[in-house]
Amino acid sequence: MSLDTRQIRSSKNVPVGGVDGALAPGRVLQDRYEVLGILGLGGMSAVYQARDRRFPNVVKLCAVKEMKSHSLDPQMRQVAIQNFEREANILATLSHPAIPKVYDYFSEEARSYLVMEFIEGRDLEAVLGEMTSFLPQEQVLEWAIQLCDVLQFLHDHTPPIIFRDMKPSNVMLDKHGRLRLIDFGIAKNFQPGQKGTMIGTEGYSPPEQYRGIADQRTDIYALGATLHHILSRQDPRVEPPFSFHERPIQAANPAVPPDLAQVIMRALEYEPDRRYSSADEMKRALVTLRPPVVAQYGARSTANIGSGEVMPLWTFACEDEIRSAPALANGVLYVCAYDHNVYALNATTGKFLWKYATDGGIAGSPCAAEDRVIVGSDDRVAYCINAQTGRIMWTCPTQGRVRSSPRVQFGHVFFGSDDRQMYAVNLQSGRVSWKVELEGPVRSSVAVGEDLLYVGDEAGSVYCLDIRGTIKWRYSTKRAVTSSPTLDKELQLVVVGSQDGTVYGLDAQSGWVVWRFRTGKAVISSPCVVDGVVYVGSADNNVYALEAKTGRQVWKYATDGQVNSSPAVINGALYVGSVDGAVYSLDVKTGTIRWRLHTNGPVISSPIINEDTIYIGSNDRLVYALPA
Amino acid sequence: MPVAGTTQPVNRPASRHLRVGHMSAVGLVRPHNEDVLLVIESVFEGDQALETVGLFIVADGMGGHQAGEVASALAARTVARCLVQDVYISYLQQAAHQADQLPLTEALLKAVETANQAVHGEVPGSGTTLTCALVINTRAYLAHVGDSRAYLYYNQELKQITRDHSYVDKLVELGQITLEAAAVHPQRNVLYRAVGQGDQLEIDIHLVDLPAGSRLLLCSDGLWGMLPDSVIQAVLASASSPQDACQALIVAANEAGGRDNITALVIEHITP
Repeated sequence: MSLDTRQIRSSKNVPVGGVDGALAPGRVLQDRYEVLGILGLGGMSAVYQARDRRFPNVVKLCAVKEMKSHSLDPQMRQVAIQNFEREANILATLSHPAIPKVYDYFSEEARSYLVMEFIEGRDLEAVLGEMTSFLPQEQVLEWAIQLCDVLQFLHDHTPPIIFRDMKPSNVMLDKHGRLRLIDFGIAKNFQPGQKGTMIGTEGYSPPEQYRGIADQRTDIYALGATLHHILSRQDPRVEPPFSFHERPIQAANPAVPPDLAQVIMRALEYEPDRRYSSADEMKRALVTLRPPVVAQYGARSTANIGSGEVMPLWTFACEDEIRSAPALANGVLYVCAYDHNVYALNATTGKFLWKYATDGGIAGSPCAAEDRVIVGSDDRVAYCINAQTGRIMWTCPTQGRVRSSPRVQFGHVFFGSDDRQMYAVNLQSGRVSWKVELEGPVRSSVAVGEDLLYVGDEAGSVYCLDIRGTIKWRYSTKRAVTSSPTLDKELQLVVVGSQDGTVYGLDAQSGWVVWRFRTGKAVISSPCVVDGVVYVGSADNNVYALEAKTGRQVWKYATDGQVNSSPAVINGALYVGSVDGAVYSLDVKTGTIRWRLHTNGPVISSPIINEDTIYIGSNDRLVYALPA
Repeated sequence: MPVAGTTQPVNRPASRHLRVGHMSAVGLVRPHNEDVLLVIESVFEGDQALETVGLFIVADGMGGHQAGEVASALAARTVARCLVQDVYISYLQQAAHQADQLPLTEALLKAVETANQAVHGEVPGSGTTLTCALVINTRAYLAHVGDSRAYLYYNQELKQITRDHSYVDKLVELGQITLEAAAVHPQRNVLYRAVGQGDQLEIDIHLVDLPAGSRLLLCSDGLWGMLPDSVIQAVLASASSPQDACQALIVAANEAGGRDNITALVIEHITP
């Protein structure tokens, strides 16, 4: 069967007006989904735009895919229904930003329906049709990387899912400029060696698919064909089959660089063994073709003061703001961005290694431990990712956004969630060992002592828990504790900031408040303690140095914006970001400025230091590697 | 003979975590004892018991016509009263973990400053040293002014925690005289900071962890001025109890001449 559905374009193959058997606008399914119109029609199916009436006060749109079988042969009908159910089941279990979400599934009057996320946008075939010139190759490169990413996600599924129908009309460009894969009608769980009937689209499908064979490399070929079509503007459906190598991309479009064409041609090899063995491998090849990102300092670069100019060793551009500190392990830098991704970069060169997409923005920092990277996402899930491959190892769903940065100790991952729980999860298995309900959402990150844990919550308390999750003591401040506590092991003092504007020094064992230091505004920055001195930022624009045992001020330094970034100290120098857009380096003894570097966005990310390099992100989406 | 299978009565220490010894003596030369020691020790046992809290003060007064002992006693009383109000009461109210609880260091500073104003106002021309340890659980919070001292003995080592606010100590710090010269310096009793001086009293704060097996000694200069560190260390290492240690230290100081009042206060943290 062919579930060849797509967005309606006014001309071609879609009958306008009375469609035989199609649901009329106004028709309500399940007493809930009101049909508004037809989005697409195929041989045995239709896709409607519908409105979910469970949301009476807003217009919540969804896409309802209908499957009807005209066949009188009950066996054929059964196969069609099974295929449809398979699509529903596959889609319902997949969670990836490029895959539409499934909301519901039901049968009514011998027709089956699948209710999905309505994706506002156009498919790439429509995009191509509207263009009178070639698409910019940089744009296509980014699309190619995104498509490799989602294909790898499908192939990583157990058992692997082969999409089998990659083509421009099955890729939607949504209103946010992100690609979404649609029409999983023929996606199939891959069983090695199993042959099936030919399903796919002539022109894009590889030779072996016509022999009924499909594996990961089938999708890679079809992706190559799709990219060839987009860049060359030659529709493979009207060209001789498998003729890509006779039609080099650059012959049609000289603007395409040879190395990009080379990657696409390798995907289009006739023999599967000669193609990329995985979408990941192809993605890695594509990523190296990204133009180098050059930091822009604009007119403010002259404002650099101190010992000459500081030039980044390298920068790397993410797709959205970087709000947290990167993590570093074994020469690899892990960066979380609000674009949903965790990036792995070569710490020395900034070279992209892999990225993993969650379903939500990532506000917290990644944690690298034992060859794994753990991150929490606004999609309410904590992810454990293989540090080498970027593949998912386990996920731990919670009931709220995970903005607390995970910490690993005692073979466990500790993190909090907006569901007010603090979680202890087994690092190996991803199983929740215990969770403890605190009073407010937990966005603060855990400090780990010998056998005690310290964390704050948005209701304003600092908690001390033992490793079984029993609360040992609790100290109440007057506002949310978003700042992460720091344990000074020498002094056995927990130092933490509160949005009540105060930095507190608490006795680690008893929770008695030993000292407090009042700043002018909320303290969201997490303190660090080095050699008996506490360094912390405040929304009153200052960076403070306080004597750790008394909380007395040693010095303060005023920036031009809130300091919500958490300072890091090495070799007598402090590094911190400010909302004024600069990264500052201060002398730890005197608090005088050593240098500052202006970025193009507020810096709420926090620095991490490795020997002689500082890594920090900015809301300008760049990761900076700076000389310490 | 103990009978197997029965619970033997144990000679329990006075508190779960602390054993305390204390002794103050006039010495062999002075007519009065201008030193004062003050101990507020609390015992709280049971499943729902709170952490151990104790308050220990040594003060050494100075000034003619018995003003010295008035000053040291007034300072000790005032500090104790403030800390009972600001710390001990809220501890008993279990309010110690609320945001409006005065932090311990602020409570200590406030107490010593209140004592400073009290002595300055009520006994003009006098002054006193003050070394105060507020012990909560296994940690001591020290406030210190003058030349009484706090030492921590732990793991075969004696460590001086406080720094004397004395003229000779400053000279040593500046490298102008040696430690040996300081010990016999004619002006070794001259302080540049004392409780009762009035305005702008700087108060030192120290945080000291008391690991199991450690002993914290608070003492006046009549003790440390008469005994070398090695003797102090040997006594703290060998004495069977804090009280024995205090006794032995005072005996030793008297044997060495007992030229000043001698006060010793030993706090020991024991494993429960």
